[in-house]
Amino acid sequence: MSYLPYALAVWILAVGLYGVVRSRNLIHLVVCLTVAQSSTYVLLLSIGYVNRGTAPIFADVPKGTRAVDPVVQALTLTDVVVSVTVAALLLALAIQAQRHADTTDPDELAEMHG
Amino acid sequence: MDVLVPLVVAVPLVAAAALTAMGQFLGRRVDDLTGIAAAAATTVVSTMLLLRSLDHDLVYWFGGWTPRHGIALGIAFDVDPLSAGIAALAGALMTASFVFAWRYFDEVGTLFHVLMLVFLAAMNGFALSGDLFNMFVFFELMSVCAFALVGYAIEQRAPLQGAINFAATNTVGALLLLFGIGLVYGRTGALNLAQIGRALDGRPPDGLLVVAFALLLTGFLVKAGAVPFHFWLSDAYAAAPIPVCAVLSGVMSDLGLHAVARIYWPSFSGVFAADAGSLRAILVGSGVLTALVGGTMAFFQRDLKRLLAFVTIGHVGIFLAGIGLLTARALAGTTLYVLADGFVKGGLFLAVGILLRRARDGDELRLRGQGGVAPMAGVAFLLGGLGLAGLPPFGTFPGSALIIRSANDVGYGWLPPLLAAASILTAGTVLRAGARIFLGVGDADDPSLSHEPPAAEEEPEHVPGRVSPPLLFGPALALMVVGLGLAFTPGLAGRATQWAQRFEDRPAHTAEVLRGVAPRPARPPAFHPGAAPYVYGAISTVGAVGFAFFGLYRRRLPALVRRVPGRLTAGPAAQLKALHSGVVGDYVAWLTFGAAALGCLLALTVR
Repeated sequence: MSYLPYALAVWILAVGLYGVVRSRNLIHLVVCLTVAQSSTYVLLLSIGYVNRGTAPIFADVPKGTRAVDPVVQALTLTDVVVSVTVAALLLALAIQAQRHADTTDPDELAEMHG
Repeated sequence: MDVLVPLVVAVPLVAAAALTAMGQFLGRRVDDLTGIAAAAATTVVSTMLLLRSLDHDLVYWFGGWTPRHGIALGIAFDVDPLSAGIAALAGALMTASFVFAWRYFDEVGTLFHVLMLVFLAAMNGFALSGDLFNMFVFFELMSVCAFALVGYAIEQRAPLQGAINFAATNTVGALLLLFGIGLVYGRTGALNLAQIGRALDGRPPDGLLVVAFALLLTGFLVKAGAVPFHFWLSDAYAAAPIPVCAVLSGVMSDLGLHAVARIYWPSFSGVFAADAGSLRAILVGSGVLTALVGGTMAFFQRDLKRLLAFVTIGHVGIFLAGIGLLTARALAGTTLYVLADGFVKGGLFLAVGILLRRARDGDELRLRGQGGVAPMAGVAFLLGGLGLAGLPPFGTFPGSALIIRSANDVGYGWLPPLLAAASILTAGTVLRAGARIFLGVGDADDPSLSHEPPAAEEEPEHVPGRVSPPLLFGPALALMVVGLGLAFTPGLAGRATQWAQRFEDRPAHTAEVLRGVAPRPARPPAFHPGAAPYVYGAISTVGAVGFAFFGLYRRRLPALVRRVPGRLTAGPAAQLKALHSGVVGDYVAWLTFGAAALGCLLALTVR
């Protein structure tokens, strides 16, 4: 197992966070947030990966077959659900921002400060 | 196994599901009553769990998946009195908020009650979970409910800004948390907190573990609102509806800190045992920074909700310093402080809600002398200010006494004066606002306060009257009385110390969770606060009153005294205010910087 998947996860995280920080548009911001979140999928799946392992379904396979770790797959699945929920909520807020404040720029939306 | 344990999550969830299905056919009052009943029942169950876990933890394995040969297979709730106490605080605040919402909203949909109930279930689950990934799931559930509740008044700009900043920042925090959980799982192959602790036992800490711990800390401190992760908090709390604010400020911020203790003691206290000193310095240092930044920023606010949001940040700093002392006594003190302070802050937010409702405004300067429409809110402000200051022997005094004594025990004698200074800043600011509004004293204008907030639009129409309806001021005063009266529970400080010792005894806790070995019965240690905590309590109360006068009449000081310090502080104050820019990108940049700084500090100090 090489270090490449971990480096990839860190890279995706960094790229996503950079996008969130620099974003001038709420839709763009939500997409960047989703990109950053997908880094955790890569990390979790590479942690559970076993060389030449099969899917962790233990019906119809001989005992002792190498399989990848099912726990991290469950974690990833949960995380996907969570991130979709947050993305949907944020996109709904972006629509409301366009409708009521007539902007999707976080800078222009910043009414409270100091 | 105790069947009551899952009820703290199940009762509000079932009530929420029932309301979702049937709420549209029933009237508004049925929604209100269901909310009150479910929250009150949850509070009772949490209190019963507290009483049942006095001598040993209640470990509940879902689906009966108990550990086999000392290896955790299932997912557990691990109830100890400190966590159950926080769950009870969440339930009580939620009940008071539902009662308050009865009269506060003219119109409110079923969705509000549903979200509040799911929020309560998530907070309880988060407080009691004994499993790292389960904590993440409840963390996210709690967050998503809170995002939606903050943005409830969606057609206004401020809630939109608050909800977007809250959601984006906390989502980044949560994904860093999950990154950390993944790394911990990769290293230990375990998610149960006790199991993680056992897998790490006897190993020296390495780079991976340091990074993982820094990421976990970052995730929880974002939720707590510690500097520099706190920027979202003031925007979100200033924009949320008042009943939501009371719960967010009273308990959600503190849950993040509770989680820090909850992962450190069972899982990481063994592997970082040799580095406890440097970890203590980092946590206490960031706690003091948070306390002073929160208190200072509170002073510069005129919007009452935003002012109380910064008061919340200031007190999060005090709690972080308390937990960061890493002693049983300080943990017990912090938990008692959190409980009393949660009630007091909840009561203060409800008092602001009464003003918003009766005077239709939440701005300190515009409300000057207008407090006559709601005299009971003035009483709540006075009690709240004194409670925040830690007036002995009320409210937060036992908690702060334990923290003060513990700080001296570990050689942090400089900490109590700084914490007293922080509570002078927060309590003095609350007393200043109360005096200006209800007594009509002080200057009518103060240009150093932040810009004028927009007029409150929360309540479009209502009939003004002179007397507050009891359903509005009842919950506010009840929270104040409970918060201030909590200190009079006999032997509380000693019992809490005993519970904290049990919480921090890692080998015994591991044996209890994984093998079902009951801990040895212990007698609660006696605790006599001694003279020092009374002195600090008196100093911070007198100091808060003095600071309130300073805030009111600062501009009437002789020019000689005023000019030089004013010129020296004006620049840094303006810079500090400018950092709170309200732009989400800046906040995430600070978050990333904070996570990196935390990681570097840990990496440099851990051997």
